[in-house]
Amino acid sequence: MLRRISATLLLLSLSAGALAAVLPEDRADVLYHLYDGGGVTIDGPSVLVRKQVGKSLSFVGNHYLDYVSSASIDVVTTASPYTEEREQWSLGMDYLRGNTTMSLNYVSSVESDYDASTWALSVKQDFFGQLTTVALSYGHGENVVGRSDDETFSRDMLAQQYGVSITQILTKNLITALNFETVTEEGYLNNPYRTVRYRDAEGYSYEQEVYPNTRTSNALGIRAKYFLPYRAAIEGEYRYFTDTWDIVGHTVSLGYTHPWKNWIFTGKVRLHDQTGASFFSDLFPRSEATNFRGRDKELSDMSTTTVQLKASYTFLDDPVGWQGFLKRGSISASLDYLTADYREFRDLTSGAPVGEEPFYSLEANVVQIFISFWY
Amino acid sequence: MAMKISTISRISLVLLAVLGLSACTNVEPWVKPYERDRLADPIMALDGDPVSSSYLKHVYESREGARGGEGAAGGGCGCN
Repeated sequence: MLRRISATLLLLSLSAGALAAVLPEDRADVLYHLYDGGGVTIDGPSVLVRKQVGKSLSFVGNHYLDYVSSASIDVVTTASPYTEEREQWSLGMDYLRGNTTMSLNYVSSVESDYDASTWALSVKQDFFGQLTTVALSYGHGENVVGRSDDETFSRDMLAQQYGVSITQILTKNLITALNFETVTEEGYLNNPYRTVRYRDAEGYSYEQEVYPNTRTSNALGIRAKYFLPYRAAIEGEYRYFTDTWDIVGHTVSLGYTHPWKNWIFTGKVRLHDQTGASFFSDLFPRSEATNFRGRDKELSDMSTTTVQLKASYTFLDDPVGWQGFLKRGSISASLDYLTADYREFRDLTSGAPVGEEPFYSLEANVVQIFISFWY
Repeated sequence: MAMKISTISRISLVLLAVLGLSACTNVEPWVKPYERDRLADPIMALDGDPVSSSYLKHVYESREGARGGEGAAGGGCGCN
């Protein structure tokens, strides 16, 4: 389930790294992540190292692992629980010249049945005494979809991402950002394992999903962060999403950050609501009822709510540098409590009559613990 | 898709036109560099922990049908 989304995310994450007209700070992060909910457990490490070389070059590398153990609602109703691993490497370079930063990134993600390679390029320019930053980005991802039970199965998928972002300082207390992003995908967009169900004489049966071979999405996000009269910050964000599969989404979030001594506490609430894809159905009236058929619950009419609590503790803060090397160190922990409510996708484990099963919902905890050093 | 690409082209042209016109005017930065201490505070960072924010994006996009346009835009204050 994570496969195609992961590939797309490679593009999106690369587009978001717009920076000011100074190179990013040298830092290293070691993170442990855990997702636990809906019968799925995913955990693993992520290590990021960034280092400036000379006055105008900065290099960044990231190694990320997902260990997946899945007995999700899809798996328990149509397949067998499984475990798998995803490994992701990325390397990037930022080149600063005047008020322009050019960035080049490469990401490789490998699973037993999905390979993704992504290149991304972005150019960022500061204007008006660095009050305004405009960034343009392009990403190109080539993906190969396989099946773990069929070595001969191989399908291609090409993803391209176009992004424009404008960051604007409005007052000495307020910074805002506008992001526009288009993603186009062409090729095999199905999950090769997933099925749809349809009515038959026995109640219902399953058959293979069939997705369109193209998808184009547009997302427009606006964000603002305000420094409160006492030392604290409040942040709001809204994102409008639409795509050629007829999904329309609205996402809002509100966050508050409060420092206290060596601590920084953050609380955040995020709400997401979307319509379903035009070809989604929980129960088709018969076999091959429509040209395109899908029963991926993430493509159903649904909403999610996330509440985040995060704390960071700075245990080292020395501008000269401890041992002449480490300038700052912090340790952070966060918990995100996520609920998802599906308004078309039904829970087939309930045993209710066909087509009258209750709608599915899930709860998940997302834990992150990471240590960061600046040098 | 051609229509979507065309939409992007139009937006890009408008953006470039606005920037071009702006370059012809004498817009003075209304927030001076010495007034940006609050914006430079770590609590005001739009993406203070990139390793964490990229992971959370991954979680959201695995659980929802939407993608992109959200999260860090970065830049702006020239102060990291």
